[in-house]
Amino acid sequence: MRLILEIAFTHIVGRGRQTLVAILGVAVGVGFSIAMAALMQGGQDDFIEQLVNTMPHVQITDERRTPPRQPAEDVFETVAISGLRPREDRRGIINPTAALTWLRGWVPGRVAESLKAQGVIRYSGRDVGASIIGVDPDAERGVSPIVGDFVQGSFDRLTAGGNNILIGDTMASRLGAGLGDTITAVSSTGLSRNFKIAGLFHTGTTARDEGEAYVLLKNAQILSERANAVNDIRIKLADPNAAPGVAKRAEAELGYKAEAWQEANESILEALVIRNVIMYTVVAAIMLVAGFGIFNIISTITHEKARDIAIMKSLGFAEGDMRRLFLIEGVAIGAAGSFIGWLLGFTLVYALAQVRFELATTGQEMTRLPIAWSFLHYLLAAGFALASAAVAGYLPARKAAKLNPVDIIRGAT
Amino acid sequence: MSTLIEAENLTRILPAIVPVTLVKDVSLSVGEKEFVAVTGPSGSGKSSLLYLLGLLDQPTSGTLKIGGRDTGPMDEEVRARTRLAMLGFVFQFHFLLPEFTVRENVEIPMRKLGRLSRSQMRARATELLESLGLAGHLDKRPDQLSGGQRQRVAVARSLANDPPIVLADEPTGSLDTKSSEQVFHILETLVRERNKTVIAVTHDMDMAARMDRRIHLVDGRVAEP
Repeated sequence: MRLILEIAFTHIVGRGRQTLVAILGVAVGVGFSIAMAALMQGGQDDFIEQLVNTMPHVQITDERRTPPRQPAEDVFETVAISGLRPREDRRGIINPTAALTWLRGWVPGRVAESLKAQGVIRYSGRDVGASIIGVDPDAERGVSPIVGDFVQGSFDRLTAGGNNILIGDTMASRLGAGLGDTITAVSSTGLSRNFKIAGLFHTGTTARDEGEAYVLLKNAQILSERANAVNDIRIKLADPNAAPGVAKRAEAELGYKAEAWQEANESILEALVIRNVIMYTVVAAIMLVAGFGIFNIISTITHEKARDIAIMKSLGFAEGDMRRLFLIEGVAIGAAGSFIGWLLGFTLVYALAQVRFELATTGQEMTRLPIAWSFLHYLLAAGFALASAAVAGYLPARKAAKLNPVDIIRGAT
Repeated sequence: MSTLIEAENLTRILPAIVPVTLVKDVSLSVGEKEFVAVTGPSGSGKSSLLYLLGLLDQPTSGTLKIGGRDTGPMDEEVRARTRLAMLGFVFQFHFLLPEFTVRENVEIPMRKLGRLSRSQMRARATELLESLGLAGHLDKRPDQLSGGQRQRVAVARSLANDPPIVLADEPTGSLDTKSSEQVFHILETLVRERNKTVIAVTHDMDMAARMDRRIHLVDGRVAEP
């Protein structure tokens, strides 16, 4: 085997320039595949991280997946009841204290309750529609990243005064209000209450920065005239992947819709899978092109070395030896290209990780390209390259092995 | 004198629209230490017969025994192994591997067979090349040698695994008179002093006359010279 390796090495070194071109072809394929995978995986990871960080892992709302059974259905054993006027249930999670105590007893994470009500924020004659969210600041800190998103004031100032409100910076600019100004919040029932702006946040999500306002839970309950009501329980888990199990158990016990973040973003996650399929298809296509380069050089070598093949066969080399010889040459080019491709890929990924740019929409955030450093990308790219090289080398190798030495010797003489 | 090569009704027909008969019903027997010439006009099947005897080609019909073993049932691997251990080839053109040095060219069959250690292979290659007057050329590449020198390297390579049979296809055909004489002398020495069996295809009737026996072919058949 060592002899075959030496002959293979001599062949590929003997064709320096062509070998170099083939190796570079593989290297560029491997390098760019790694860079592309790092960029796409990085983008995906960043996106999922954003989802996981900004959203609760499990959200329990006062909705139900199926309409609740009406008392008449329980009393009368009939197939169907028509003309029934459903009982008017009070909105909100019934007995939230018990629900929260139960959840805090077993959920491996943090739980926060809130009351979300639709209303209008009014200031100097301007109205902006908003979700007015009543929160318990201590609990909220554990489930929401908004605490770290303040550009003026802070989340802690919500507790500093009785009627403080925190709004998004975009809403503030639409209202023309600033920190310390007093605004009016009007609920859907028409009740209004004045609040002092104690903080401006910027999450980067326009819908939130423009349409969310945070007040103390008690204030929200007063504003919406729903004493002690809670219509939203959010859970942040130590392990986000445990969310479906937690949601299932909570829903089974409480009867309210409990949605895991995976369920809430199902279509996005499906789109990411499709994106991955596209990415790896492109990577495979790049490696296929590199494989053609290898096929070309191994075919050229076998063509030019036809006389040597005849000589070696006349000396006593078998067809299997010839197949191995040219297969090794293809794989050696693939391996050398993979190694250089790794270096190129690493350099490209490093360079991409250094790129910083300003987000045009806000003009205030400097960000880097999301990059995933994964050895799996290197292994996959090299695996594709070696497989392509093996196929590209095998086809001419098989042809070389079948060459009849007599035909070549006759041709030479 | 035991028989090394025994052919019976050896026939080789090239399949084509009009099949071409290269060798027809050749029966021959060659023993140890024989120096045999294969002669005949161009296209008479001399080289084709040699390729059949050297297991480079397979007969369409007939039987061939080498060292007493029937080669008919041998698969490609066994035929290659038999070539490696039992047969040495010298072609009209030297057919050396151009990327390897003279010594490496001689070592390659030994390395393939794997009977000797690397140092023994090196020593044997050196000894063979020196005995053929190539002492100062061991580390040269084939393109740095003259035609006669290359052919002597080819002879050394054919002897690398100490095969009992050497087959030479017009070994002097591309050489000048002086080099031809040198190569012929070497082949003769192989028979007389190294106890090899040499079968050489040649056009040179004077050379053939100096050999032990002559097999004359006409149109693929053995004929009277």
